[in-house]
Amino acid sequence: MSDIQKTYNEELNQTIKDLEEKARIIRQHVIEMIHEAGSGHPGGSLSAADILTALYFYIMRHDPKNLNWPERDRLVLSKGHAAPALYAALAESGYFPVEELITLRKLGSRLQGHPSMRHLPGIDMSTGSLGQGFSAAIGIALGGKLDRKDYYVYAILGDGEIEEGSIWEAAMSASHYNLDHLIAFLDRNRLQIDGRTEQVMSIAPVKEKWEAFGWNVIEINGHSIHEIIRAVDRAKTSEGRPNIIIAHTVKGKGVSFMEGSVHFHGKAPNDEQYQIAMRELRGKGVRP
Amino acid sequence: MKIMASAREVFGNVLMELGRKDHSIVALNADLSSSTKTSIFAKEFPERFFNMGIAEQNMMAAAAGLATTGKKVFASTFAVFATGRVYDQIRQSIAYPRLNVKIVATHGGITVGGDGASHQMLEDIALMRVLPNMTIIIPADAVETDRVIRYIVEHEGPSYIRLPRTKSPVLFSDDYTFEPGKGHVISEGDDVTIMAIGLLVDRAIDAAKLLKNKGISAGVVNMSCVKPIDRELIIECAGKTGAIVTAEEHSIIGGLGEAVASVLVQNAPCIQEMVAIPDVFGESGESEELMTKYGLTVEDIARKAERALERKAVMC
Repeated sequence: MSDIQKTYNEELNQTIKDLEEKARIIRQHVIEMIHEAGSGHPGGSLSAADILTALYFYIMRHDPKNLNWPERDRLVLSKGHAAPALYAALAESGYFPVEELITLRKLGSRLQGHPSMRHLPGIDMSTGSLGQGFSAAIGIALGGKLDRKDYYVYAILGDGEIEEGSIWEAAMSASHYNLDHLIAFLDRNRLQIDGRTEQVMSIAPVKEKWEAFGWNVIEINGHSIHEIIRAVDRAKTSEGRPNIIIAHTVKGKGVSFMEGSVHFHGKAPNDEQYQIAMRELRGKGVRP
Repeated sequence: MKIMASAREVFGNVLMELGRKDHSIVALNADLSSSTKTSIFAKEFPERFFNMGIAEQNMMAAAAGLATTGKKVFASTFAVFATGRVYDQIRQSIAYPRLNVKIVATHGGITVGGDGASHQMLEDIALMRVLPNMTIIIPADAVETDRVIRYIVEHEGPSYIRLPRTKSPVLFSDDYTFEPGKGHVISEGDDVTIMAIGLLVDRAIDAAKLLKNKGISAGVVNMSCVKPIDRELIIECAGKTGAIVTAEEHSIIGGLGEAVASVLVQNAPCIQEMVAIPDVFGESGESEELMTKYGLTVEDIARKAERALERKAVMC
């Protein structure tokens, strides 16, 4: 191994460690926000936390001081109910004060229950009604292509969300228009409100479906920062085809009693659960 | 003999003309570009035209996404697919985030004809009226369509424009100007005011002539801008004639009639009669046969005007 390669690997390892630490902070914000609000969606916020962290703190080209920067990468949280994780990433990026996070879902707050671009800086598209954010991301990618810009458009989809028919309308159009600057993440946590995805509505075979729709499909462990970064690097080499990264995740990741639990899809932790969750997420006293 | 012109043709041509100067204009369609006449724009600017296929939901939300990149987005299809089928996309992705999407729907109303009830959109105004941030304009003829498209391209925010399938009489001269948010007084009258939209404006003008022969002075107002509606003018007309007839090619529920009624009951209660399609679905038939069967003729408007006057007389 050359010295340059060695230095690069060391730097990457350090970056990944820093990002993992950031993800832990994002998760703590998520639990604090939802506990304070008394309602919200912890499960799907925690499953998408590593993806959002890698995007906002390493992958995406964005600048909180320059909101309308035309060259910026865009992110559409199509599974809008994971808003707390997005808000935490935005606040930690500097789009608004971290102290504002605990106003989530409260009257007069800019942190609406689902992301609203007219309320909060940094939101590229209002979402909440499943399926639509994905189509909007396609519109943004069409605009970028038309303007010959090279920004990337990231969309985060839930696996339950792909039961929406319009997802497949959108999937068809993205490959028809060769939107290779569109990189979607499928947060494959295998649970939706009413139970396991395969029990509620069989969505398998997921990979083959996307391939059949003309997409470049990459499958990863959605909690490995390294795999997320590598997958996006690979997606960026795709020519003429939109990309979807099927990120295998665990709903509620990071909080023992929320992991793999349908119960915490859309339910806030009570005071006792909150204490346990925060203790677990703080781990070895990393953050007081 | 009335000169007839196609509002759809005008829309397609004006959009193409504006597209030459303004490169931020893009047009989306859902496999109906030849019917909606966005094909004229598509032919000239293929790179700024996106046929989204028979997939209206994706078209509307993608239109919203395009608007976030600074485009002036025109999304077109038949009125029935442009509103009812995609109500949630319009609500969540266009109206709520106040994005610059101009929904120009053709084939609105019962004059769609032979295609029958499945394609005759009679509830579009109702659906769009309840959405905050939405501007709704129903041009009365080809000339007004030209002015409205020129206005709406510069208007920042969600809008809904409804055009008919059929050609319609040209009512306005070349010097006609469209004023957003304002009703357009076509003729003054002392006894009753007829407020109409779309194809009913021409009929309202003829009804006023019919009434004049009977010694009744009827004013005619083109209320093309249904939202925001011209409250001041409605209140003024109520004060002047004390009897209002609304006329529209739309369900009696949720359209112009109820929009006017709402202003009246809250500000200047007066007699109102509604010419509109009753609470039923349409059916196949020739446009004119349907307009007659569902009570949207010149005579129907005149009859309602006379009825309004009778009721006013009883009140006084």
